[in-house]
Amino acid sequence: MHELSIAMSIVDLASEEAAVHGNGQVLAVHLRLGSLSGVVKEALLSCYQMVSASTSLEGSQLLIEEVPVEVFCPECQARRPIASLQSMCCPECGTPCSQVMQGKELELVALEIKG
Amino acid sequence: MSAEPRLVEVRKNVLKQNDIVARALRQNFREAGVFVVSLVSSPGTGKTTFLEKTLTSLRPRARVAALVGDLATENDAARLARSRAPVKQITTGTICHLEAAMIQNALRDWEVGPLDFLFIENVGNLVCPSSYDLGEDLRLVLLSVTEGEDKPLKYPTIFHSADIAVITKLDLAETVEFDAATAHKNIQAVRPGMPVLSLSAKTGQGMDKFLEFLEAHRLSRQGIALSRASDVSVTVRTPSGM
Repeated sequence: MHELSIAMSIVDLASEEAAVHGNGQVLAVHLRLGSLSGVVKEALLSCYQMVSASTSLEGSQLLIEEVPVEVFCPECQARRPIASLQSMCCPECGTPCSQVMQGKELELVALEIKG
Repeated sequence: MSAEPRLVEVRKNVLKQNDIVARALRQNFREAGVFVVSLVSSPGTGKTTFLEKTLTSLRPRARVAALVGDLATENDAARLARSRAPVKQITTGTICHLEAAMIQNALRDWEVGPLDFLFIENVGNLVCPSSYDLGEDLRLVLLSVTEGEDKPLKYPTIFHSADIAVITKLDLAETVEFDAATAHKNIQAVRPGMPVLSLSAKTGQGMDKFLEFLEAHRLSRQGIALSRASDVSVTVRTPSGM
C-alpha cells in the first residue's frame, strides 16, 4: 500500500502551489487518476484525510476524476477505449494495442482556493 | 478582496519530485556508461537467486554491482555478496517500494568505481513499485512458475510499468503443472508485444539467453548514445516507469 506516500506527495505539492497562489485556504484539490496509475482511489481518499490533518490543507476535499485507459489501435489508426485492463486490444477490430494514450495519470489538476 | 473561492490550474504530476530525481539519475548513469536494470516481483519469486546467478555469470566479463531493497534484514545482500560483486542493501523500513531518492542516497557514499551494469532489486511487491521511476534503463518483472499463470491478469499495472517479463523457476514447471501457453497468453493480454524469457537460475536453463538479451540492450543503448553525440536523429523509446 503506497497510497500513504502518494497522499503525502499530493499534500506537499498542493501546499507548494497554494503558497505560489497567495496562500489562501485550500477548499479542494482536483486530481486526475488513471486506471493504470497503480493507485487505488478509496485508499488514497482515506490516506488524504489522515495526511492533510494538521497541515494547511486540513479540511480540504480531495476530488478524484478517474481516467479510463485509452489505447491507439494501429489497425483502425484511432484512439480506442479498452474493455478491461486484462484485454488491451481494440474493441472494434480486436487488434492488440500496446500504445497507451491515457490512463497512467496521477496529476494534480487544480486547486480551489478561498482568499 | 473577494472571498469567493477561485479555481487555480496546476496540472502537475504528483510524483514530480520522484521524476526529477529519476531523470537526474538516468542522466548520471548514461554519462557514466552504466546500464541499469531493476527487478520487480512478488515475494518469493526467486529474485535474489536469479540476481546472484546473473551477477556471478556477468562478473568475469563485466563490472557489475547491485542495490537491494527490503523492508527489513540484510539477508539478501549477504546472499548476493557470494557473487563477490559489490552489493548494498537499502532497508526501507515500512515502505513497500523503492523511490528514486533512496537510490540516490544509497549511491551517494558508495565507492564502487566504474560499472557496466547496476542491478536494483526492488522490494517484493507487485503493486507499489509500479508508480516509481528509479532512473533504470530496463525494468524486469519476474513471475515464477509456482505462482500461477494468472498473475499478469491480477497485476496488469506492474506488467505495464516493466519492459520485459521473466518466468523463473522453470525447473519446477513440470512438477507444478505450469501452463506456459496460458501464462504467455495472459502476459500478452495485459501488455501486447512484451518480450518474455523463461529460465531457471538453479539449473542455468535459459540464463545464457537472458544474459545475451541484457548485453544486446546495453550495447544498443550505447549505440543510441553515440548516434546522439553525432547528431543523428534516432527514435529513442521512452523509459519505463511513471
